[in-house]
Amino acid sequence: MKTARAWLALTIITVALGAMALGAGPAAAADPVKIGLVAALSGGSAASGEAITRGLTVAIEEINGKGGVLGGRMLELVRRDDESNPSKGVTAARELIFKEQVAALFGGIDSPVSLAIVPIANAEKKPFLGVWAAATGITRNGANPNYVFRVSAVDVIVDKGLIQYAAKTYGARKPGLMLINNPWGESNNDGLTKAAGAQGLTIAGVEKFQAEDVDMVPQLSRLKEAGADSIILVANAAPAAQVIRSLDRMSWTVPVISHWGISGGRFVELGGPGATKVHFVQTYSFFGEQNPRGKHLLDLLMQRYPAVKGPADVIAPVGTANAYDAMHILARAIQSAGATDGPKVREAMLKTGRYEGLIKTYDPAFTADNHDALNENDYVMVRYTEKGEIVPVKGK
Amino acid sequence: MLILSALITGVATGSMYGLLALGFHVTWAVSRTVNFAQGSSMMLGAVLLYGLAVTHHWPGAVAVVVALGLCGVYGLAVERCVVRPFVARKSEAWLMATVAVGIVLDNVALFTFGKEPRGMPSPLTRHTVQVLGAGVYPLHLLIPAVGLGIAAALALVTRYTVYGKALLAVVQNPQAARLVGVRVETATSAAYVLSTIFAGVAGILIAPLVTVSAGMGWVFGIKAFAAAILGGLDSAWGVVVAGILFGLTEALITTVLGSTYTNILSFGVVIPALALMPHGLLGRASAQRV
Repeated sequence: MKTARAWLALTIITVALGAMALGAGPAAAADPVKIGLVAALSGGSAASGEAITRGLTVAIEEINGKGGVLGGRMLELVRRDDESNPSKGVTAARELIFKEQVAALFGGIDSPVSLAIVPIANAEKKPFLGVWAAATGITRNGANPNYVFRVSAVDVIVDKGLIQYAAKTYGARKPGLMLINNPWGESNNDGLTKAAGAQGLTIAGVEKFQAEDVDMVPQLSRLKEAGADSIILVANAAPAAQVIRSLDRMSWTVPVISHWGISGGRFVELGGPGATKVHFVQTYSFFGEQNPRGKHLLDLLMQRYPAVKGPADVIAPVGTANAYDAMHILARAIQSAGATDGPKVREAMLKTGRYEGLIKTYDPAFTADNHDALNENDYVMVRYTEKGEIVPVKGK
Repeated sequence: MLILSALITGVATGSMYGLLALGFHVTWAVSRTVNFAQGSSMMLGAVLLYGLAVTHHWPGAVAVVVALGLCGVYGLAVERCVVRPFVARKSEAWLMATVAVGIVLDNVALFTFGKEPRGMPSPLTRHTVQVLGAGVYPLHLLIPAVGLGIAAALALVTRYTVYGKALLAVVQNPQAARLVGVRVETATSAAYVLSTIFAGVAGILIAPLVTVSAGMGWVFGIKAFAAAILGGLDSAWGVVVAGILFGLTEALITTVLGSTYTNILSFGVVIPALALMPHGLLGRASAQRV
């Protein structure tokens, strides 16, 4: 009897919920299509989150200006701060998926956060687009079907590039690795060691540090004693700046080649004059000759954000550039899928065809085997000026 | 050379723990209460200096004096509004109340100062000096000097001046002190002002070596409290020495084993140390009449 009553109650609830869902009806043409962003909007990498926001915002305004997607539905950006903390990122991603019901999610600078969101995106069948975090395992996550895509650098490819650059530009034979002690550092430890081996270089040593460390002299001294002739640096702006200060205190002038985590914060302000000597990798530079898209985007940024007066004022440019291209590719996919539900959009992402973007012409952006839109041919080497602008390294 | 450089940075950081711990000591000595959120007071000093000197371009010396003055005012407010009402009711709730005020202050700083850590420029971290082959910033040498100087000054003041003796009288017997005309409330307020200024000094000194942010004082405050307990809350020299030892231990662990182990081991040492010396390094067991 009790069981029967329980079933009855359950049926009533189910019917009621179903009725409510029906009452809401199919999405009206005017309903916005929500796009989620989970990124570091505060803390040492806050500039990265702001840059991604700007890239997405400008692209969304462009798309909405042309009538939106799916016959007049406007795109709407919903942002959440992950504070560079994986557990906060997971909570934010869940909230965006279940409460805000976003059509797709964008990720931020922190690989550990993105790596934590990947299983949720795949389980909930929600397209997740990485526009900064470079850990190899984010897109190459073993899931089938895989809902994770990336318009950004990939560690394994960047690592090859960094080792190559150290050898060519500085004649390095024995680079030392300075890596942040987290999954992103680990991802690069593998990549750099393999890349060095493949190019016949010896790794002088691998040293790790925590995000809060302020004194890296011990680690650097060990590398120096091991005979390192160059440093490959993998960390975000704040801890990387402490590495530069520690080098300065040791008066050790050694070439430093860095992954691009340092472009997401106030690296020069925190690291001092030595910070301008670091060469690092980017996917795009607003300096030098620009393609029509580049000129157009710069104009849009200057209109939208009064603080942007020229290429030098585009903060954390890779975030803006990657997010801008990724948003346009996603909008094309939603349009051709004719719907916002995950599996259909995922299918469509693989069939976006030729698209003339900012960073390059994607033809196509993604394939079933390759969810990474960018490769080694799309990277540029840059450095900071004393004012904190990111400019291409001359002579390359 | 590696160890030497670790020793110098260890002493510098440790002196800051010592200075914060000295703040715990002065209020404890006078009133048997402490501001548990000393770390937040330290952050306040650094954030105020950053706001005045960097954002508003005040001359450095003026900015330092004003920032420390405001720290003092904050200390006074904490004592009057958060500690005194509870103590008057013989409640121990000041303990939680000071923690709460610290969290409020951290969050106010988050809103006003911003969430992004900033770098504090300092003429004392522009160039390095060589000390026996190890490169350090002049600031690394100044910090221990200031820390020990303040501890020494405090010792002299309490021993040789009327004010100092009045403070000691309050410590030993508040009732009797009141009878001979020492104003206990004023003494307690003064101790809180002093305590917060010490924390402000620590914040201002350490800021150029780390980054300025709303959360910068949190872990620092906890470590300083550990130092204060280790050194014995009743002993000015004890807490300073314990602070320096704590900083040294951290630096040596980081150098030898790597920073992954720093917090585990350095806090791990605290427990056996307390078990062996329950009254702290230089503290004495006090006889209590029952």
